[in-house]
Amino acid sequence: MSNDARTQQEDAYLALQSTDEFQALRKKFRGYVFPMTGFFLVWYFVYVLLSIFATDFMGTKIAGSNITVGLIFGLGQFVTTFAITFMYSRWATREFDPAADALGAKLDGVKEH
Amino acid sequence: MALTLLPAADAATSVGTPALNIGIFAAFVVVTLVIVIRVASGKKTAEQYYTAAGAFNGRQNGIAIAGDYLSAASFLGIAGAIALQGYDGFLYSIGFLVAWLVALLLVAELLRNTGRFTMADVLSYRLKQRPVRIATAISVIAVSFFYLLAQMAGAGGLVSLLLGVSGEAAQNLVIAIVGIIMIAYVLIGGMKGTTWVQIIKAVLLITGTFVMTVWVLGKYGFNLSGLFQAAADNSPKAGEKLFEPGLKYGKNMTTKIDFISLSMALVLGTAGLPHVLQRFYTVPTSKQARKSVEWAIWLIGGFYLLTLVVGYGAAALVGPTAINAAPGKANSAAPLLAYELGGSVLLGLISGVAFATILAVVAGLTITTSATFAHDLYKEVFKRGQTTQEQEVRVARIAAVVIGAVAILGGIFAKNQNIAFLVALAFAVAASANLPTILYSLFWKGFNTRGALFSIYGGLVSSIVLIVFSPVVSGKAPVAPATVSASMITDPTVDFHWFPLDNPGLVSIPLAFFLGWLGSVTSKEHNAAKYAEMEVRALTGHGVAEAIDH
Repeated sequence: MSNDARTQQEDAYLALQSTDEFQALRKKFRGYVFPMTGFFLVWYFVYVLLSIFATDFMGTKIAGSNITVGLIFGLGQFVTTFAITFMYSRWATREFDPAADALGAKLDGVKEH
Repeated sequence: MALTLLPAADAATSVGTPALNIGIFAAFVVVTLVIVIRVASGKKTAEQYYTAAGAFNGRQNGIAIAGDYLSAASFLGIAGAIALQGYDGFLYSIGFLVAWLVALLLVAELLRNTGRFTMADVLSYRLKQRPVRIATAISVIAVSFFYLLAQMAGAGGLVSLLLGVSGEAAQNLVIAIVGIIMIAYVLIGGMKGTTWVQIIKAVLLITGTFVMTVWVLGKYGFNLSGLFQAAADNSPKAGEKLFEPGLKYGKNMTTKIDFISLSMALVLGTAGLPHVLQRFYTVPTSKQARKSVEWAIWLIGGFYLLTLVVGYGAAALVGPTAINAAPGKANSAAPLLAYELGGSVLLGLISGVAFATILAVVAGLTITTSATFAHDLYKEVFKRGQTTQEQEVRVARIAAVVIGAVAILGGIFAKNQNIAFLVALAFAVAASANLPTILYSLFWKGFNTRGALFSIYGGLVSSIVLIVFSPVVSGKAPVAPATVSASMITDPTVDFHWFPLDNPGLVSIPLAFFLGWLGSVTSKEHNAAKYAEMEVRALTGHGVAEAIDH
């Protein structure tokens, strides 16, 4: 590609990056994935810390069975992992993709090569 | 993973019919080779070889990711750890699952949108190409090498139990055969063939484990609590301690902190494993990359739930005494359970699947590492981008053969080693050297070349140095009745460890993040245009199609 094409392409990216729509998209994405990441990391490490420092609590049997509090918490990690996967996927398909695709389409007018 | 592989001391302890085990494994190899040859027709471009030209859909790729991730160490190691250590084995598997959320939320889609062939494509996007590619390549090769060695060592250790092969020479031969078949898959099929092998293997592994789970539960009237009771009754030493945390990691403050360190490496390492990242390029778009991770999470999560039953089932039906007496120790829990349930036939199937697992994982690692050699080092660094596709693919194939040879030699050398530390090291290095740089370069405007180099080299060197001077390498007290040290260096008089933990992550991961920040703020370099390009493409997916049909 020629230098002119390169510059034109770069200008298009810079221009798009500074638009309000793009900044809103960026905020939308980070506003979802950052808190979610914070949540699952905190919940995971709380679970790890409980498992090594609160063994008596985690070893408490529930209702006379051999199912312990620790097992329920561990299965809870599976449940939250599955739930976050499901929720993120639904959010991304419904909320994020249409906005991202619309912005990406704006760039298609710019010659690629 | 919590594997203890011992050299085959006693040939008489092999179970089942070795001929049947070998037969099922051979059938798997023949069927998959035919498939690999069939799908491999067509042109051999660099895209084809590295990423199957992004031709897989999200579901197929998700199954292949599960196939790649559920290595022999996951299947045999976690089942064995649960059988012997109960809850602490289960605790281990959770880190491996939760880690996928990092890939789902922060890495997979943005990586697919900004890269094409290798991890270095993304890391060098807005930084100085050559130094960053070299650093990334070294880190990719280091992580993949440790992972590869663990898999090959696992292959050697399993042989004695599953195939009734116990001589030193015969074990070496089996390792060599596994290596040669793997090289054949990679050379003939490239990424496309390898992916299909992983898909087939994942389906067989999950199906086999599902059958065993239902079978075990059926024996206890589908009462989980009853199964647990039977496991405790059959474990004279552990007893009901199997239900609560602490058997492995609760011994003292050092083992407790060690587990925190291991947990950090597990949860942050997955999204930095090069062969996992490479899989996101085998789909055409970021939406399919997202779908891949979704499928992978469902399958891997479901699989670990099954291993919980298989592990306690092995404790209940086989018992820790028999497991510890078997040549592969903890590794043999799942195969022994299969024998207990379904006799030689089920054992044969599970053994075949275990070998297929090693084969598929090793092939995936080899593709990734050869892509790094050919694309990052040969094309971009050595030839400065001036090379043809044919040359690049030729170098990749040569690299695959060399990596295969190194894997065979390494596997032979490491077959008597405890492979747990190799896998843990791979995760720790990935979490220290790769993940901080990936996250910074995707999310932090101020990140630059110096930051990347500080973080990659700092994470790599600190994690490896800490391992070398940890108790895994030297200085562990002998565990009775053994008189040799439990460390890698078995001579109890050799002791040069000064780092108290087995796992370096607690120190090396925060250090790598800190160095990445420090390097960036002390350097003025910033390429605003490239940053705009990367960020816009990462979020909108613009230009991905262009990258594919170049």
